Amino acid sequence: MNVMDTRATSAMLYLDGVHVSFDGFHAINNLSLTLAPGEMRAIIGPNGAGKTTMMDIITGKTKPDEGTVLFDGVTDLTRLDETRIAELGIGRKFQKPTVFESQTVHDNLLLALNVDHSVKGTLFWRGSRAESERIDKVLETIRLTDARNRLAGSLSHGQKQWLEIGMLLAQDPKLLLVDEPVAGMTDVETHLTAELLKEINKTHTVMVVEHDMTFVRELGVKVTCLHEGTVLAEGTIDQVSSNERVIEVYLGR
Amino acid sequence: MTPHMLTRSLDRGATIFLLAVAALGVLIPLSNLLLPAGSFFQVPTYLVALWGKYVCYAILALSIDLIWGYCGILSLGHGAFFALGGYAMGMYLMRQIGTRGVYGNPILPDFMVFLNYSKLPWYWHGFDMFWFAALMVLFAPGLLAFCFGWLAFRSRVTGVYLSIITQAMTYALLLAFFRNDFGFGGNNGMTDFKDILGFNVQAEGTRGALFMLSCLGLIVSFLICRAVVSSKLGKVLIAIRDAESRSRFLGYRVESYKLFVFTLSACMAGVAGALYVPQVGIINPSEFAPGNSIEAVIWVAVGGRGTLVGAALGAIVVNYAKTFFTSGVLAPYWLFMLGALFILVTLLLPKGIVGTFNAWREASREKRPVAASAAAEDGVTEPKMAE
Repeated sequence: MNVMDTRATSAMLYLDGVHVSFDGFHAINNLSLTLAPGEMRAIIGPNGAGKTTMMDIITGKTKPDEGTVLFDGVTDLTRLDETRIAELGIGRKFQKPTVFESQTVHDNLLLALNVDHSVKGTLFWRGSRAESERIDKVLETIRLTDARNRLAGSLSHGQKQWLEIGMLLAQDPKLLLVDEPVAGMTDVETHLTAELLKEINKTHTVMVVEHDMTFVRELGVKVTCLHEGTVLAEGTIDQVSSNERVIEVYLGR
Repeated sequence: MTPHMLTRSLDRGATIFLLAVAALGVLIPLSNLLLPAGSFFQVPTYLVALWGKYVCYAILALSIDLIWGYCGILSLGHGAFFALGGYAMGMYLMRQIGTRGVYGNPILPDFMVFLNYSKLPWYWHGFDMFWFAALMVLFAPGLLAFCFGWLAFRSRVTGVYLSIITQAMTYALLLAFFRNDFGFGGNNGMTDFKDILGFNVQAEGTRGALFMLSCLGLIVSFLICRAVVSSKLGKVLIAIRDAESRSRFLGYRVESYKLFVFTLSACMAGVAGALYVPQVGIINPSEFAPGNSIEAVIWVAVGGRGTLVGAALGAIVVNYAKTFFTSGVLAPYWLFMLGALFILVTLLLPKGIVGTFNAWREASREKRPVAASAAAEDGVTEPKMAE
């Protein structure tokens, strides 16, 4: 990675001293975290640790009260809205699978493609072979080729999760934020999802929030444990899970 | 509109609808003009005007369906855009009266003479020319919708809050247009029209032509709506309707889409109002009444929102019922019937008439042998262009 002078950091994502409070509740408290380009990071932490709020901050849904959030070393994300941040190349999969239920699997992917998103561009859009091929490739990756003409609302829970990951692939962002990708999945599906994310990580920077420890272990990446809006521990899964404070937080005081 | 947009937008239902409208648009005026009066197949002149009114309402219903059915924007003030288009046409018709008014003033319409205006207000200039008035029919509602939408959508006002402020908008305009010093005829509005483009508005030939033009307006509006909803933009609109924030995270600028479709819809409503005024012969502030806008939403709900054809049919069916019931002994109970109809449709036919019919047809298609449907699916390997 060549570091240019204008870049404040070589990190893909850089959070420093971030604070957010909602009506006096400190959801994020002096949170600092960096993600190197090409890295995959797993984020764990009990409920209410601030994992989803952190994603809201990175994607522009929530504005932090203070702190720095830099993307790709140069872009201050706190000044931009969701659309602009998505255009810059940050994609997000939600905790609850959010697909466009009344449209087909194919159309969901078509909508996600990172092509011209302007009113004029979509009004006069004509399909191209390149677009169709990309969609076919994504369909194959997420194993939904046979379901391409089915309504997304009729898919099983696991398939919806995969479709949403597929939408991320179609969007082809530089940074993927994946919130609880295996919630409600069978063991086989969980294993396949881990494989899929590892594959995606070969070409993308990924941040995964997940409760499922088997899954996190299978990913085999650096783990950050959040608690009460701040970083409690960081390291390999073994280091983190043997950390006394982490155990204390998870098992209760 | 490019050719591929046209072919993509015409499915079977759309084609049948367009042919039916075109046939009625030609047959009704011809039967009125060519057949002898009193003949069984002759459509009386009053019916031509009445059905012309329904067709204008159908255009208004289409404009509401475009934003409500496809983008989830429930406007309870769309009557305002309809009325603005109507006023622009009314102003042209007033200027055409010339010296034939009661006061015989060549420049000032009667109500201005009556209210002691010494000269024509600046915003009345240009309305003696048809092309200018026609432009204003699109521009006045379009500009209002653009400004209103720019403020509302940028501030992310959605759902019931947006509905309430659209209602407030039309009510504010109602009050403004009621004022005599606002310069649009106050309480009485504009009436006593004589000519349109040199033809007598009362003449049977003109009425027939206006009916044809209204049908043409419906056809063009329908084609525009179909072209919009069957393009990729239509998919984005549905995405916004179903999961607005998700669309933002995919990089769609939701407010731009809403603004585009809202302004387009307002222009269509304006055209509907402009076609309506010469056929009913009057435009006054009551057109801004919130009740009118709500009624128009009911037409769409009854016909089936998000179907376009249903919206147009709903407008015609409900207005036909209104004419039927308000002319008999049941007249005092019409509003109760309308209310009951809305409740019944919401409870029993949430998809409306056409929506329910489509769902029923879809269901019976799925029951067919698996082999047939599998073969059908194989045919759709290209992106769903023909949908």
